[in-house]
Amino acid sequence: MLSPSLGRLLGLAALAALPVLALTAFFVLPVAAMLSEGLADGVGAGGALEVLGRDRTHDVVLFTLVTAAAGTLLSVVLGLPAAHVLHRTRLPLRTPVRAALLVPFVLPTVVVGVAFRQLLREGGPLGFLGLDGTPAAIVLGLVFFNVAVVIRVVGSAWESLDPRSAQAAATLGASPATVFRTVTLPALLPAVVSAATVVFLFCATAFGIVLTLGGSRYATVETEIYLLTVTLFDLQGAAALSLLQLVVVGVLLLAARRARAVAPSARAHARPRRPTRADTLPVATTLLLLLYVAVPVAALVTGSLRVDGRWSLGNYAALTTTGDRQTLLVPVTEALINSLRTAVDATWMAVGVGLLVALVVTRRSRSATERRVRGALDGFFMLPLGVSAVTLGFGFLIALDQPPLDLRDSRLLVPVAQALVALPLVVRTLVPVLASIDDRQRQAAASLGAGPLRTLATVDVPVLWRPLLAGAGFAFAASLGEFGATSFLARDDAPTMPVVIFRLLGQPGQMNYGMALAASVVLAATTALVMLLVERLRVPSLGTF
Amino acid sequence: MKSIPSSRGAAFLLIAALFSGCSLIGTSEEQSASDGGSTPEQVVLVTHESFSLPKPLVRQFETESGLDLEIRSSGDAGALTTKLAVTRDDPTGDLAFGVDNTFASRALEEGVFDTLDVDLPAGSGDYLLPGDDGERLAPVDNAHVCVNVDTTWFEERDLAPPESLDDLTDPAYEGLFVTPSALSSSPGLAFLLSTVAAYGEDWPSYWEDLLANDALVVDGWTDAYYGDFTQGGEGGDRPIVLSYDSSPAFTVAKGSQESATQALLDTCYRQVEYAGVLEGAANPEGAREVVEFLLSEDVQAELPDSMYVFPVRDGVALPDDWARYAEQPEDPYALDPAQVAAERDGWLAEWRDLVTG
Repeated sequence: MLSPSLGRLLGLAALAALPVLALTAFFVLPVAAMLSEGLADGVGAGGALEVLGRDRTHDVVLFTLVTAAAGTLLSVVLGLPAAHVLHRTRLPLRTPVRAALLVPFVLPTVVVGVAFRQLLREGGPLGFLGLDGTPAAIVLGLVFFNVAVVIRVVGSAWESLDPRSAQAAATLGASPATVFRTVTLPALLPAVVSAATVVFLFCATAFGIVLTLGGSRYATVETEIYLLTVTLFDLQGAAALSLLQLVVVGVLLLAARRARAVAPSARAHARPRRPTRADTLPVATTLLLLLYVAVPVAALVTGSLRVDGRWSLGNYAALTTTGDRQTLLVPVTEALINSLRTAVDATWMAVGVGLLVALVVTRRSRSATERRVRGALDGFFMLPLGVSAVTLGFGFLIALDQPPLDLRDSRLLVPVAQALVALPLVVRTLVPVLASIDDRQRQAAASLGAGPLRTLATVDVPVLWRPLLAGAGFAFAASLGEFGATSFLARDDAPTMPVVIFRLLGQPGQMNYGMALAASVVLAATTALVMLLVERLRVPSLGTF
Repeated sequence: MKSIPSSRGAAFLLIAALFSGCSLIGTSEEQSASDGGSTPEQVVLVTHESFSLPKPLVRQFETESGLDLEIRSSGDAGALTTKLAVTRDDPTGDLAFGVDNTFASRALEEGVFDTLDVDLPAGSGDYLLPGDDGERLAPVDNAHVCVNVDTTWFEERDLAPPESLDDLTDPAYEGLFVTPSALSSSPGLAFLLSTVAAYGEDWPSYWEDLLANDALVVDGWTDAYYGDFTQGGEGGDRPIVLSYDSSPAFTVAKGSQESATQALLDTCYRQVEYAGVLEGAANPEGAREVVEFLLSEDVQAELPDSMYVFPVRDGVALPDDWARYAEQPEDPYALDPAQVAAERDGWLAEWRDLVTG
């Protein structure tokens, strides 16, 4: 007979097997293949060390860390109040606002870059700030894209936080600030750290926005890997930088894991309450954030409605065509269908695997080894966010060419790549909530005779439902907007929206430009609509409302 | 327990419908596989994202040759070259199109291409890659990267537009020029090469003057043309931009007889795109047929409209707009590909230092 601890480890292994296999096949093998291609190119490890010793490399790494840290900090500072207002108070229109704030997440960086620059450049409406082409502009761009992550991850944790502890503290005479500092924040910390980790990884691997807003004067690790791989053919240098990227991300994830370890807190769904005077500052911040997101989007919408200097819906009518002189192989409308289909596949893959991962890493460990294994797994599934899309994209082409993984030409390759990016979002949305469920609740259920599945259904699922929806919506949006890996893998006969928009923007002709803007607006509107629908979904029998 | 409000029920149904009917699974990988029992032999063309040919033309080729032509396009010319290099042991297709004269030597060094064995059409002799001379690479199209000016803008201000690279450093044109970065954009790189071809070892001092004259370097062609150029999108404020010799054909307003822009023919750098059969191709014979197809009169005549480039074949008529508004330079700048291959990295590093200052 198995000893109980061995049995638990086997159970852990069984649950973890599928996610680990998937990540090994679609992440570890491709990245390893591309890295070994680079390291075999030169004289091996010595040459790679030489690359890491260059002054330029140090500058690039420093710049990446500083901008990513600034972007993360600002996203958290702006996102926290908004998460509170949009998930805990009954502010009018909060659902549409929540959906709207997720829109930047899917907008093509080139389009946003052009919109930002038209605002920031000399003579533009915000030209007096003198930000055009500065690192500050890059940070603002990063926040624009990522603040939604903080709102979603923290908001869904906040929603299921039992408000009674805070109410008790307030009754005992604590000021709202004290309540937030001593009661609410500690309970939210795991979610905040979770969100901050994801945002940091997104910022640190941002590509288009750094190039567009920095006027290509600044380089990050990600842009440098692209340059070394595609323009300079220095695969060795690129491999060295990718390895460095992996190590830094690994260290960060370990640190984040320590910061997230917090005692469980009570979970119950709280009814949103009426905003009070104490909410003035958060509400003001939310409005500011909305304005911040709305201005570039408004510029985009305005541009999409202009044809030959006049107002017109012509750009939208043209979406059913293949563009000026047949720039496209398929009409934009068909690309939209492709995008939606791809996103559905990416979403079920990310949610299915993400749920398994979240369950595996949050179960209470009985031994130090078990805890370490769970911790390592947790970090392992975050890695895809921290690795260059260029390295992964080329790695796919090298590694996935043999049966049983002869997938280079498969239609499923694009959703698989997108699911890799979406997976950490799902995991990070689920884990803070799952981890905070008091294990004694499960033990109580078990002692009352519930089997493992019934325990899961009665204890975990009721609180998990919301974050699961949030995570699924998130994965869907991430897939709709993904461009980096997709551009390597998408097939011509089935391009996605971002690929089509990029193609339109790459050719001269007013109509192509107008169509690209209109297509971006349609992509944004579709995302917002899907988010609204997802938010309306509830499981009635579980009594979450 | 509450009942589901009807709007939520509707939303649920909508989502369910979306999720059940909307997946890539179940869509067939091959649509043309089962007509009449005999499957046509497949040939795979690997190319960059700008590749495009009208569907009827491709279908006609398939009918005549009995081949099933599959086109896989992604990334730019640089990404394509890297892709060919890293998959050289197990190529992702039978032939490649789109490696240009900036990147070709790298592909040849890596042994990506097999010998060609295709008769090249009259006219393509001018575009052969020096050093290869048609042994492995067939020139298919050409275009020039040229400085473009907004002629309307200059007319309105009664200012003569610049004509040469030298003029761009003239204080009269201070703050008017925008170019994509040589690091992240292929026309940007071509412009750097044209300054190297024009000024030889002194090119860095030319760039110092250019930057001192407040030339703006942006990320890519799209940013420069649609973001900053006065004839691109709305709101651009620079009337001189780096683009192509064909660009003026796209700035003719409806009902107008004149293009609003003009390419400066003394500032151009030639780009030639090549096709070749891949070493280790599964279907080398089919690949050769596709190369011949790309050089055929039908495809060559279609190149301007489909890919914004000029044909290499003699005697191919250009579309009206092109014949009228897209003038090609007589004597563009050019560099030896071997020199580009050897020195490109050094030039780019030096250029980067100049621009980041």
